[in-house]
Amino acid sequence: MPKRPDIKKVFLIGSGPIVIGQASEFDYSGTQAVKALRDEGVEVVLLNCNPATVMTDPDLAHRTYIEPITVEAAEKIIIAERPDSLLPTMGGQTALNLAKALAEQGILAKHNVRLIGASLDAINKAEDRQLFKTAMEKIGVPMARSFTAGSLEAALAGVEEIGFPAIIRPSFTLGGTGGGIARTREEFIEICTRGLHASPTATLLVEESLLGWKEYELEVIRDTADNAIIVCSIENFDPMGVHTGDSITVAPAQTLTDREYQRLREASLAIIREIGVETGGSNIQFAVNPQDGRYVVIEMNPRVSRSSALASKATGYPIAKIAAKLALGFTLDELKNDITRDTTACFEPVIDYVVVKWPRFNFEKFPGADPRLTTSMRSVGEVMAIGRSFQEAYFKAQRSLELDRLQLWTPPLAEGLVLRRKALEDGLRVPQADRPWYISQAFLEGMSVEEVAALTQIDPWFLVRIAEVVAQATALGKLGGLEQLSDAQLRDAKRSGLADSQLAALLNVTEEVFRTDRQRRGIRPVFKRVDTCAAEFEAFTPYLYSTYEEEDEAPPTDRQKVLILGSGPVRIGQGVEFDYCCVHAAFALREAGYETLMINCNPETVSTDYDTSDRLYFEPLTLEDVLEVAQREKPLGAIVQLGGQTPLKLSRALEAAGVPILGTSPDAIDLAEDRERFSALLTGLGVRQPENGSARTLEEAKEIALRVGYPVMVRPSYVLGGRAMAVVHDEEGLARYLREVGRVSQEHPLLVDRFLSNAVEVDVDLVADRTGAVRIGGVLEHVEEAGVHSGDAACTLPPYSLGALVIEEMKAQAISLARKLNVVGLMNIQFAVQDGQVYVLEVNPRASRTVPFTSKATGVRLAQVAALLMVGKTLEELALPSERVFQNIAVKESVFPFAKFNVSDVLLGPEMRSTGEVMGLAGDLAGAFAKSQAAAGMALPASGTVFVSVRDSDKAALAPIAQRLVAMGFQLVATAGTQAYLGKQGIDCAPVRKVLEGSPHIVDLIAARKVALVINTTEGLQAIKDSYSLRRETLLRGVPYYTTLRATLMVIAALERTHRSELEVVSLQQHLAVQSGLPLTKEV
Amino acid sequence: MSKRCVLALEDGQLFEGHSFGAAAEAGGEVVFHTSPFGYQEILTDPSYVGQIVTMAATQMGNVGTNGLDDESGRPRIAGMVVREYSERASSWRSQGSLHEWLNAAGVPGLHGVDTRKLVRHLRTHGSKRGVLSTESVSAAALIERARAVPDMEGQDLATPISTRTPYEFTRPLRHFEGSDPARHGVIGSPIGSARKSLEAAPLHVVAYDYGLKATMLELLVDAGCRVTVVPAGFPAEQVLALRPDGVFLTNGPGDPAAVAHAQERIRTLLGKVPLFGICLGHQLLALALGGRTFKMKFGHRGANHPVQDLATGKVEITSQNHGFAVDADSLAGKAVVTHLNLNDGTVEGLAAPELQAFSVQYHPESSPGPHDARHLFARFVRLMRPEGGQIVPVGAARLLANPRPG
Ligand SMILES: Nc1ncnc2c1ncn2[C@@H]1O[C@H](COP(=O)(O)OP(=O)(O)O)[C@@H](O)[C@H]1O
Ligand SMILES: Nc1ncnc2c1ncn2[C@@H]1O[C@H](COP(=O)(O)OP(=O)(O)O)[C@@H](O)[C@H]1O
Ligand SMILES: [Mg+2]
Ligand SMILES: [Mg+2]
Repeated sequence: MPKRPDIKKVFLIGSGPIVIGQASEFDYSGTQAVKALRDEGVEVVLLNCNPATVMTDPDLAHRTYIEPITVEAAEKIIIAERPDSLLPTMGGQTALNLAKALAEQGILAKHNVRLIGASLDAINKAEDRQLFKTAMEKIGVPMARSFTAGSLEAALAGVEEIGFPAIIRPSFTLGGTGGGIARTREEFIEICTRGLHASPTATLLVEESLLGWKEYELEVIRDTADNAIIVCSIENFDPMGVHTGDSITVAPAQTLTDREYQRLREASLAIIREIGVETGGSNIQFAVNPQDGRYVVIEMNPRVSRSSALASKATGYPIAKIAAKLALGFTLDELKNDITRDTTACFEPVIDYVVVKWPRFNFEKFPGADPRLTTSMRSVGEVMAIGRSFQEAYFKAQRSLELDRLQLWTPPLAEGLVLRRKALEDGLRVPQADRPWYISQAFLEGMSVEEVAALTQIDPWFLVRIAEVVAQATALGKLGGLEQLSDAQLRDAKRSGLADSQLAALLNVTEEVFRTDRQRRGIRPVFKRVDTCAAEFEAFTPYLYSTYEEEDEAPPTDRQKVLILGSGPVRIGQGVEFDYCCVHAAFALREAGYETLMINCNPETVSTDYDTSDRLYFEPLTLEDVLEVAQREKPLGAIVQLGGQTPLKLSRALEAAGVPILGTSPDAIDLAEDRERFSALLTGLGVRQPENGSARTLEEAKEIALRVGYPVMVRPSYVLGGRAMAVVHDEEGLARYLREVGRVSQEHPLLVDRFLSNAVEVDVDLVADRTGAVRIGGVLEHVEEAGVHSGDAACTLPPYSLGALVIEEMKAQAISLARKLNVVGLMNIQFAVQDGQVYVLEVNPRASRTVPFTSKATGVRLAQVAALLMVGKTLEELALPSERVFQNIAVKESVFPFAKFNVSDVLLGPEMRSTGEVMGLAGDLAGAFAKSQAAAGMALPASGTVFVSVRDSDKAALAPIAQRLVAMGFQLVATAGTQAYLGKQGIDCAPVRKVLEGSPHIVDLIAARKVALVINTTEGLQAIKDSYSLRRETLLRGVPYYTTLRATLMVIAALERTHRSELEVVSLQQHLAVQSGLPLTKEV
Repeated sequence: MSKRCVLALEDGQLFEGHSFGAAAEAGGEVVFHTSPFGYQEILTDPSYVGQIVTMAATQMGNVGTNGLDDESGRPRIAGMVVREYSERASSWRSQGSLHEWLNAAGVPGLHGVDTRKLVRHLRTHGSKRGVLSTESVSAAALIERARAVPDMEGQDLATPISTRTPYEFTRPLRHFEGSDPARHGVIGSPIGSARKSLEAAPLHVVAYDYGLKATMLELLVDAGCRVTVVPAGFPAEQVLALRPDGVFLTNGPGDPAAVAHAQERIRTLLGKVPLFGICLGHQLLALALGGRTFKMKFGHRGANHPVQDLATGKVEITSQNHGFAVDADSLAGKAVVTHLNLNDGTVEGLAAPELQAFSVQYHPESSPGPHDARHLFARFVRLMRPEGGQIVPVGAARLLANPRPG
């Protein structure tokens, strides 16, 4: 049946900021959906508050609302745009939940908007554990024994029968937030309490433990004619008990007989039919008992998901795109398979390779957090690798992670046989991020597959493959050296997926020597296509992967090419912003007539969508893999400044190996990154930076600190992303820091800067061309004081408190720096302004996190401009519109994963910990800030009690704040000191006890949900320790909180603004006054 | 086990790798299969007699072999070619490795070769005759032997492997421990219901054995039939003498056109008793109706082929295994095309309603593959019921523009 004529205007909801469990995969699916809907002539209205996405580009959807994903905003948009349908299945749990609310509150009915893709009934049946259970009983699909509980009492009563360990899973939460495994009654009570709170419906499911069972996922698609297909089967390497998002996963499933697989397939089809997902994709998860084959269904997600993005990348079958078209009424048999062009989309992809997905974790940023992997997801990103065998894909994936641990083994284990053995067994028994290294270590130390299988409960089939490669590696290690290595051995090692760097280490030669030797022997990878059909039909899509085999299927063309290096796995500090930049470069360069080559290994992204670039190389971003592509393609050059630090780190080596680097030269990059050279340069330019020095001993450190004056900012020289940076207030603190965090040594000096207290931090983004012409992209003023990582701070564009002179001075400094460094392309500078004095904190000779935000706010696509400048265009040629003044203010706010990491403090510091960002756009600063808070999930209260507790240096500023709160009708509570102080000012404020003073204290008050807003600035280790439990409870209870003075001032203004009048929604197209819904000019 | 093994094709292509299964030499038509699951069912399907099967999916041997996933009692393929072979199997159902099992049956296997290159070669140049050998003979010699392998076209491979004597088949569908419907619910099977309604008076089906897969018969039994299996050469009159409610034509290997005697018998039966044919049985029915068959370039072998039922427009994902196909035009005025392959528009099903006969090219019994089409056995049962039941609304034939032979 063709497209439904009654669907003309579709309201599409995005997934909002990147958070754990909901990352860039929804930009990938959302972008595909928008394009697919447009292709069918449907008008698209988009809501997504995440500016760092491709889907929110002003010329993609007809109307783009970067507004909070809330019922209020959504209804305003519906009233303004009058869509006839709402597609809720492309924006993860966020979109599903909003759609559910809109439907249940009768808003959709009121405005005659129909849900397409999934009905309210289907959503409820799939998402409500009880309804789901009933549905499964009806069709005879087994589930784990379980019961739902709406209270702790009910839970305790029920668990008697199920016993421990028991699995607790809150309804309607993301990535299992608040869930967990309880082995004891105590754990059970703790997790249930957390879970009941986390669940928006305050219900949770308590379930029989299936720990150690095999876990599978099937991706299903169904159309209105009831045709249904399975796109991909995925088997988890880590057994049940580790969230699929935290598991290494493998496609296709490897350890099922056909009878077992067909049983899961039949069940999947029966489930999608019973749940009533009429069109689109669903993800269904199963557990299978490895002893007797007993199976149960775990859950289904009636929407595209992280796994469906993975399945799309793993098979080449674009699930989101197809699902969007099905939602319009098409049936599968009416749609074509893009890759083979003339076969139908109504078939089941088969693949003739193995795909391994490997999650990326950031536990190191949350000291004290429990690093055990459990049923609630905590990985921040993932990589995917493709190989012709499991082991090849597995080891390619391992090196794609970009961890600084290239060797196969664990770091040295405890001395002594017994201790060593224990360390090994614990490393295997307890699932953690580094378990895979323990597995190879175990085989290295002679453990048997059976032993490792018993400890890990990982299927022996996978373990055997790994054991074989470990044996292979150890054999090579025993060789005398490179000359003893036969061609056959070398080829086998490469076929097993081992990296040059790993083999070089085994043979005690440098990677370069090894690579040269390998290439001299003519042992090079060939490239094969991902084609959805295991070569049964001809494929036209150049979606390629490398393998060590005979036939190369994709000889390079003779066109002019540009190689774009992507940013690899998402991790804190290097997020989707960089993928956005790479995608834009591909769009711009394709438009300019170049053949664009993309290398990336992140399956969640738009950059790894096969129609983003002319050729997609799904490969690790290591020197070895990038070189093999570069040497065969011989591009004009490589773009390394858009993918964050990942490509930047490769630039010198690539250049040395003869790959031209486009844009800013590697030497200039090095100049900006090398502290000594950079300081010299600044002095030369007469540009100020905080007095600083690098210390190689504690004594030196103390001297420098005394010279520059406390407080000082200290950091080890070998870290990035603000790792282990700290503000130290006195000599004793310095000594403690060195003891606890920072090693100092000759090769690893400690960097000591004067800490600029109460300074305003500013980000400046600019583009420069080969003639030295420079265009300032944007000046962003941070809301939080310097000392809060630029990636964590909220910021405003344009600046809101800085004088024109200071701004001009920063622009001037930025321009002279760009010229001095001969920057061609993008550059980002961070300044700090203290008492009107401008200091340079650092220069990043590359795209920065703020590029997408700035581009959305100003309408100038900096990444596209930069790409064109890098291939030789000049700013003059590009004739950009002159800098404009907008009637709207744009505010960027960050979102944090603290809730996922128990015990981590929410105080912001120089180490970045946010996972994503949102944008608030409004005619006035307070309004824009209010929107940014709502978008970031900090729902500002209209009334209630505010708890205030500020450090002495902030007291003076507190009085007026308190008065304004009272004026708005808020009640105040404060601890003794502050309360007394406010009392003197004649501001009435109720006293409340500190925790130390015993119950009933402030934490009890917050736990009882009697506090609507928390203002808490603090400094000094002791004070921070004392107030920790308070901030933790605030977080747990979802109470909005502010920990800096400048942010507090903003939120007060925002509260007053929202008290005055409602906030109106504004579309990006209105804001930029650009024409909307232009036909897509070749994706640009 | 990692002895050297070579595959030589008639056109001079060589693929050298390691041996598994028997150290031996075997010739046959080299074809490829794309299903990632169910290699044991594939290897025991008699339709592969005379063929060397290349698995496109890379990892094989993972689940070993067992006594249940077996369609005909032993491996029927001439040889097997894979990219990655795992000797160590991991499945609670495994009773031995694929290597041991093939070795016991004297069937050679080759692993460690660029199977994607081989598949692409067969796709572009068509199925090729080839020889798989662990003997240390020159490449030239092997290529010669490959050229000596008899051509599929014109070969009757069915008659020789058919049962010698008639027998009763009463075994219902096998379920492995754990998939017992009672305990684990095999979902939405229309067969169960059909069965109940028929337990009272079982229908009698005579099945012509051209190289049958056991699952087909089991599904007939499940659907409430008493099955008598007869040799390919069993006279039609004697079949009628058995007073069957219906006649079933099984799958099988080789060139349908070469099984002339079968066409004769089917023609005699047409109109006298309801007929249902699968795969070779389908092709033979077409020939009996006066249609033509042709050899496809490389055929359909996989578990993911989309087939559209032209009466309902619904698409089934089907299990397929055939190198010959029925020429649509040749059926004009003789039968209606009821099913089409959505990928290449070839005929997947036909019916002669007034003669109470229908057939499908694909494998509704699956194993391996999706169960989407198992309801066809129920359709056959409805057709056999005294009150009869019509097959498809006539005129449902909607042919795709210009069918491309696969
Ligand atoms: N009964 C159980 N026993 C052991 N592990 C379980 C059980 N149920 C779920 N899990 C584990 O928890 C993970 C998350 O459960 P799931 O229902 O998928 O929640 P989510 O909605 O967060 O994906 C699963 O991937 C699985 O590994
Ligand atoms: N001398 C300083 N005074 C005050 N804050 C500083 C100083 N140096 C760095 N910071 C803070 O630390 C954050 C991280 O430092 P930065 O040099 O930008 O490291 P990264 O490479 O992680 O961005 C900055 O955003 C800023 O807020
Ligand atoms: Mg899940
Ligand atoms: Mg910085």
